[in-house]
Amino acid sequence: MTRYRRRRLANSMLLAFALGATVIGLFWLVAILATLLFNGLTAINLALFVETTPPPGSAGGLANAIVGSVIMTGVGVLIGAPVGLLAGTFLAEYGHYSRISPIVRFINDVLLSAPSIIVGLFVYQLMVIRMGHFSAIAGAVSLAIIVIPVVVRTTEDMLNLVPNSLREAAFALGAPKWKVVVMVSYRAAVQGLVTGILLAIARISGETAPLLFTALNNQFWSLNLDAPMANLPVVIFQFALSPYEDWQRLAWGGALLITFAILGLNIGARALAARGGMRTGA
Amino acid sequence: MADFALTRRFAGRSSIADAAFKASTWCFAVLVLVLLGAVIIALIDGALMALERFGPSFVITETWNPVRETFGGRAPMLGTLITSAIAMLFGIPISFGIAVFLTQLCPVWARRPLGVGIELLAGIPSIIYGIWGLFVLAPYMQAHVQPLLIDTLGALPLIGPLFAGPPLGIGMLTAGFILGIMVLPFIASIMRDVFDTVPSMLKESAYGLGATTWEVVWNVVLPYTRVGVVGGIMLGLGRALGETMAVTFVIGNAHHLSVSLLAPGTTISAALANEFTEAVEDIYQSSLIALGLILFVITLIVLSAAKYMLIRLQSRTGT
Repeated sequence: MTRYRRRRLANSMLLAFALGATVIGLFWLVAILATLLFNGLTAINLALFVETTPPPGSAGGLANAIVGSVIMTGVGVLIGAPVGLLAGTFLAEYGHYSRISPIVRFINDVLLSAPSIIVGLFVYQLMVIRMGHFSAIAGAVSLAIIVIPVVVRTTEDMLNLVPNSLREAAFALGAPKWKVVVMVSYRAAVQGLVTGILLAIARISGETAPLLFTALNNQFWSLNLDAPMANLPVVIFQFALSPYEDWQRLAWGGALLITFAILGLNIGARALAARGGMRTGA
Repeated sequence: MADFALTRRFAGRSSIADAAFKASTWCFAVLVLVLLGAVIIALIDGALMALERFGPSFVITETWNPVRETFGGRAPMLGTLITSAIAMLFGIPISFGIAVFLTQLCPVWARRPLGVGIELLAGIPSIIYGIWGLFVLAPYMQAHVQPLLIDTLGALPLIGPLFAGPPLGIGMLTAGFILGIMVLPFIASIMRDVFDTVPSMLKESAYGLGATTWEVVWNVVLPYTRVGVVGGIMLGLGRALGETMAVTFVIGNAHHLSVSLLAPGTTISAALANEFTEAVEDIYQSSLIALGLILFVITLIVLSAAKYMLIRLQSRTGT
């Protein structure tokens, strides 16, 4: 009887631990979001969206940083997503018997988790030194490098979910393979492919480390891709570590914006994937 | 006959299109490999100057003096390893608990929302963890956790020095703790996925013999998924090693290694984030790139091992 009791006790203790662990895990999510709302909401006003980053001690907003982030994220996705889509297409549609497919798949999964600051170093060596100055395009390229593995992975997974009978039906009608891929596989998997791109956008819009040595930052309005450009993550980094209270408040406002935009994207991507009957796997 | 010629011409044109499309997808797939190679080459190229000047002693010297241009990477390298170790110490048990809860205990209707909640933690950008760590966690650690640690663990004979010194709030322990929270969702979601691959037949057989839930987890589920669990842990470790912004906020950036975990330190990624744009001398910049190269090689090895283990589990269970 005592042995039985001991087993029961061990069981309930460890199950309680499992429950506790889940509560702890979710606690951080709630704690971080609550802090952001508490500190950030007071900073959200019209000026935040229309005025540029101020010098210390005067009022201002984050307009240039928001626009800069949107531009660099957009250009990054425009460069990275097509590359990822085509590479993923190779893995799913052409590469079944190719010797390089397993290698590409392996390296891609490793790149997916590789430190993003290293990407910044790489683009610094590749572009910033050659061009002689920091620039928004260098920032966009480093974001694109982070986009590629995410999109490759989701594209391959999503195309693999397309039933082969669809492809065979198209082949039977005499369609060449590229038409089958573009007009049948892509169309059948379009929700999944969009999900992948949304997840990639969510991933890069908060990335700070790769922008530190590439896009740098800019106190002023700039839409020039060949010059340093302001962006939310780096502005948050600088302002949060500054001793000025106005700057810190702006940093909290920016942090609130960026976090809720990213969580929105994540939830939207999941909803889209669920509607298409697919799992994101991310 | 005209029809036939038309078909042939059409077939010819579309086979060119076919070959072109296939070739372009192949090129972009190869580009992924080229990318990895290019990163390594660029880092070696940039690090060459420092590695030639300092040689192997770069990894064992602690001096980091931009004025006298002598650089050694021991403090940031050990800092990276120590903070990651703290993160694992905290992250692994909690992730395991979450995975057990989500796969064995949780009612089916709550699994998805709770799972998404945990996964959303992975979506929060690291800079947000950083700003939260600096303004919320660090003051809390300074006021409550660290004095307690100093008074209790700090008084013990062997491990005492690890918890000595003034409670600063920021430092290696706080950085490791934040890293632990950040790797939670990665490790937990992989553990959950591999626990789900255990055939119900196996678990039900154990339950049929009278095993408790805990005994099923410990004696059936874990041995069956061991490779995958270790793979998930390695993946989390790979993330922790390279994490930058969150650590930069709370580590304190001291190129000096203290015995105490409460003291400020630095990591490779934090040193890069803080100093790279200020490093105007070539040798300074090259030393920082050398640190980046070391970090990249370590994470590549850890992540490759993780991936290899997860593939092994996959091929065994055939999923």
